[in-house]
Amino acid sequence: MDPINFVILASILFAIGAAAVLLRRNAIIAFMGVELMLNAANLALVSFSRMHGEIDGQIMAFFVLVVAAAEVVVGLAIIIAVFRARQTISLDEPAELKG
Amino acid sequence: MLDLTWLLIAVPLASSFVLLLLGKRANPWGHWLGVAASGTAFVVGLLALIQMLGLDAHDRAHAVHLFSWIPGGELNVDAGLLVDPLSMTFVMLVTFVGTLIHIYSVAYMEHDPNRRIFFAYLNLFVAAMLLLVLADSYLLLFVGWEGVGLASYLLIGFWNQKPEYATAANKAFVVNRIGDIGLIIAMGLMFTYLGGVDFATVFAAAPEASTAQLTAIGLMLLLAATGKSAQFPLQSWLGDAMAGPTPVSALIHAATMVTAGVYLIVRSAPIYEGAPAAQTVVAAIGAFTLILGALIGMAKDDIKKALAASTMSQIGYMMLAAGLGPIGYAFAIFHLVTHGFFKAGMFLGAGSVMHGMHDQVDMRRYGALRTAMVTTWVTFGLGWLAILGVPPFSGFWSKDKIIEAAFVGEGVQPWILGGAALIGAGLTAFYMSRLFFMTFHGKARWTDDQHPHESPALMTVPMIILAVGSAFLGLFLAMGDRFTDWLEPVTGHAEHHEPVLPVPVIMVATLLLVALGVWVAWRKYGAADVPETAPAASLATIAARNDMFQDSVNRGVFERPGTHLTRTLVYADAALVDGAVDKTAHSFARTGESVRKTQNGQVRSYALTMLVGLVIIILVVVQGGL
Repeated sequence: MDPINFVILASILFAIGAAAVLLRRNAIIAFMGVELMLNAANLALVSFSRMHGEIDGQIMAFFVLVVAAAEVVVGLAIIIAVFRARQTISLDEPAELKG
Repeated sequence: MLDLTWLLIAVPLASSFVLLLLGKRANPWGHWLGVAASGTAFVVGLLALIQMLGLDAHDRAHAVHLFSWIPGGELNVDAGLLVDPLSMTFVMLVTFVGTLIHIYSVAYMEHDPNRRIFFAYLNLFVAAMLLLVLADSYLLLFVGWEGVGLASYLLIGFWNQKPEYATAANKAFVVNRIGDIGLIIAMGLMFTYLGGVDFATVFAAAPEASTAQLTAIGLMLLLAATGKSAQFPLQSWLGDAMAGPTPVSALIHAATMVTAGVYLIVRSAPIYEGAPAAQTVVAAIGAFTLILGALIGMAKDDIKKALAASTMSQIGYMMLAAGLGPIGYAFAIFHLVTHGFFKAGMFLGAGSVMHGMHDQVDMRRYGALRTAMVTTWVTFGLGWLAILGVPPFSGFWSKDKIIEAAFVGEGVQPWILGGAALIGAGLTAFYMSRLFFMTFHGKARWTDDQHPHESPALMTVPMIILAVGSAFLGLFLAMGDRFTDWLEPVTGHAEHHEPVLPVPVIMVATLLLVALGVWVAWRKYGAADVPETAPAASLATIAARNDMFQDSVNRGVFERPGTHLTRTLVYADAALVDGAVDKTAHSFARTGESVRKTQNGQVRSYALTMLVGLVIIILVVVQGGL
């Protein structure tokens, strides 16, 4: 199977993730969009690794997995903290930084 | 002793600081310290004079190096003193008349709570004036020049609790400042064209400089001289300066400071030698001012202002003489010395009259004072005869020579200058006789609470000494051309020129005009009754009473346009310069305002912005092949 298909799939996944972040108000869903984008990037890295016959992309993918795991912990903690403070997880609700 | 001439400046200066710094503790003896400082300066000056007289005429110029003042590459100025016959003449005049006036002031200012400060200022004046005449460079002269200006300002405004006196002091200061700018510019020109500002360098380089350069320097020096010496067009401050205590008027505004301009011109002789045009302007300004001052003096009822106008006129004579070149220099200084004596004497006499008349200055309320104040009458009378130029009194020897010298020359110039000097003598006779008769003769026109009495000895003795000087100093100095020979090393040898009219004719014409002036004044103010209030008068008299509308002219020609110019500049500054800066700031503020709107606090819109930005960057990278 041509590895370019994986790259196309990664692009589609990234687009879906980005759309989820931009369009959904629910913080959990937006967060899932972020994860989706990260994994789309991982898929692209692994595909490129295969295409070039080099190991670099796969190593990078592992780094991304580790960082993503840490990011999930922190992100969920923030969402819970926001929920406790405001009784909501809508992304449009906190707008104190309005200029 | 000649090397110790710095003491002349140091002693009065030190005394002045002591009096100012010690404060009220010095009140009981402060005035005597002031007198002693001035007297010490006189003694030092006298010893130096005696030593100088023992020297050969050509060795009399003595330079005293004090310290290196401004070592600045091309401009190197040392502070030094130049003791020569010219500066020594001034030293003697300033310290002698100054000391007498110090003594007079002890009594005159007796009831003033600030007498100590008055003496501190007087000492400061003496120090500054001596620095002015002893300096060996224009820059050091300028220090003295400003010093006397400061002392003059402080003393005119000595009773500054009266707003109009404070205004008079400010006026004197501001008008003098215009002249000072002339001196500063002249020094700049000297440095550029002649390579220095000390007398030796300037005078050595002057013969090689071009006429245009010397004319520019000469005219700037003349501007400085007109400011300090109250000559046209900067004459307006002198009349108001009479707000100061009378001894101040006698010392500063009659005998010494106002003659500094004449000193400056005579000292700068080598510059004027190469600038005949500037010289002619000096003579013309002198001739014009002598007539102007005389006309103003004819109409004034305030005794001090009449004397001030007379001072202006007499300095006009000196300026006229100084503008005639070497034939006039010695007579300018000669008249300056005799004038210093008789005018100071008359001012002290006026002060004595005011002292006895409850500070009344209106001559229309005087009259018949000769019986009440005999000493004042006699001493004033001697001064009056001297200024009239009646032989053998002092003024005759100096003023007559100036009139003669003014008639020397070719073309129309001697007729104009000589004519002005001749008519001026007649006018002088009229206004001085008017003043004398209105004050001492005629019927008493005193107000009820006035009981004229003679002043104490501390005041009359200086008046007597000055009166003796007014009577005989001229004769003493003129005999055998003593004074002109004495000054010759400085002013140069004057070729003898015949005036366009024979000398006896000039002399007789002068004396006839003087007699006519006295006779008219006697008819009008001596024999006839003088009205107690000034009668309605012709336009000319009104003009003279108002100082020829000098203040209105200054206001119209300089002050108003100046104010408008300033306002325009202020407006332009606000509209253009400030406007540009403000507009820039506002545009940044507006930009910030509009950018601020994008910061809406919505996380998702930030995310969108980031996404769009990233896409754009990627597109650029991919398309640009970077």
